[in-house]
Amino acid sequence: MKSMADYRKDFPILQNHPDVVYFDSTATSLKPQVVIDAISHYYTHFGANIHRGIYDLSESATEAFEETRSVVAEFLNASEDEIIFTRGTTESMNLLGYTVGEQIVEEGDEVVATLMEHHANFVTWQQLAARKKAKFKVVEIDENGDLDIGHLDKYIGPKTKIFACTYVSNVLGIINPIVEIVKAVRSINPNTLIVIDAAQAVPHIKVDVRDIDCDFLAFSAHKMCGPTGVGVLYGKRERLAEMRPFMYGGDMILNVFVDSSTYQEPPYRFEAGTPHISGIIAFKESIRYLQEVTFEAIEEHEKKLSDLFMKLTKESLGDRLIIMGENSKYPRVAVMAMAVKNTHPHDLADLLNDDHMCVRAGHHCAMPLHSFFKIPASTRASMYFYNTEEEITRFVESFVKAVDLFS
Amino acid sequence: MSIDIYKEVILDHYKSPRNFGTFETSPNKANVANPLCGDSITMELRIEGDSIEDIRFNGEGCAIAIASASLLTEYAKNKKLSDLTILTKDSMLDLLSVELSPNRLKCALVSLEALQRAIKTYGSNT
Repeated sequence: MKSMADYRKDFPILQNHPDVVYFDSTATSLKPQVVIDAISHYYTHFGANIHRGIYDLSESATEAFEETRSVVAEFLNASEDEIIFTRGTTESMNLLGYTVGEQIVEEGDEVVATLMEHHANFVTWQQLAARKKAKFKVVEIDENGDLDIGHLDKYIGPKTKIFACTYVSNVLGIINPIVEIVKAVRSINPNTLIVIDAAQAVPHIKVDVRDIDCDFLAFSAHKMCGPTGVGVLYGKRERLAEMRPFMYGGDMILNVFVDSSTYQEPPYRFEAGTPHISGIIAFKESIRYLQEVTFEAIEEHEKKLSDLFMKLTKESLGDRLIIMGENSKYPRVAVMAMAVKNTHPHDLADLLNDDHMCVRAGHHCAMPLHSFFKIPASTRASMYFYNTEEEITRFVESFVKAVDLFS
Repeated sequence: MSIDIYKEVILDHYKSPRNFGTFETSPNKANVANPLCGDSITMELRIEGDSIEDIRFNGEGCAIAIASASLLTEYAKNKKLSDLTILTKDSMLDLLSVELSPNRLKCALVSLEALQRAIKTYGSNT
């Protein structure tokens, strides 16, 4: 059996830059060699476009492409016809906004999101509500960053058409009790469509759409060791059947007449144009790779890293340091968005870069959340299974050195 | 190395910004923010004739943004408005006497933009 140290060797970036401490996996994860090879394999061995090519190369490409759909379906405990390929979580959310959102939300209705959403799962719904003259409501959080789950009836009511919620926060790292949340929403209004942003969940924990019982769930490949430019939208079969197309063009069409057209069944109805074939073919290798590492091992390793990170930073910086979400009552992934008194994230990130440390400084596409905590920006260190305890020791040393410059 | 930009003068102006605060009344002020970074600087001016008689700034931001604003207020005091409206990014870099990457340059320019917008509110007298 391979150890985490062995898996680390599968990532060429870490081999090519031995000095770099990559703590920005929440923005995008690194890719193992097997995924990089699969991208190249499409261009060197298949080359052809998928679907309707009556020749061997195209059929091989189509087969490899559709195999990913089947791997994704199995990964989520869904059916193949419930898996739509998009360019990423953001496109998945916009697809929903412009299809089902446009179809079901009317003036006077309500659309609900939460304060901890990434802008992709926030602005999409805020703007849909504005277009439709519907009310946009936002589920609040408490001072620990936990969602106000006990009072969902304050936000969800008979007019709530859509409820959008993240599984794991990209800033707080909190893993929301999503099954409990979905049950609560369904018990208040069984007709509310439930949209889950799983972009930060799929890299870290096992996700099962039947367990969650959501109507839609979206994520991106690149945050889970897959290629950029590939996303997934899962939708319950009966929901997808009701949805009109989002984009028109090749591949999604059945018949085109001069004055009208008919469309393919889902999921193809929502996949207009030539997709990111190489990326989608390679994506299944990243899923298989994570399944080989196992989510149990990822969780265990991240817990070890998180504990050490908390211990070392708190020992050095004490009360000067706030880690957003640190006091949550729910489990967290290894994401540490930090605010340190009298320091600004951009100064810290700049100084950390001197020591080859990659972190992110800013609001991480979650401005409402930062406003709530009255923090204009934070310094986010996000770790993954290929990171080591030694890197954390090095990081904390550099981080404390940077903080000390300003105090 | 980024450490080079955090020279003593910058750290000093960041930790103890000059002319920091507000006037009780200030008809000539302007705020410029860069929400992506979390920098937000307001410049308040007291203009007498064609010159800045007194100046305050307030807001929040990184060391470069705050130090630039502080240094700029010191520079601007008693200067003619026409000498300030022609300041450019190079003037700011001279004032800071550091080299900045394109990413950090915008931190240094927030205060200049705020100052020049505040001068514009003074209208045609400039």
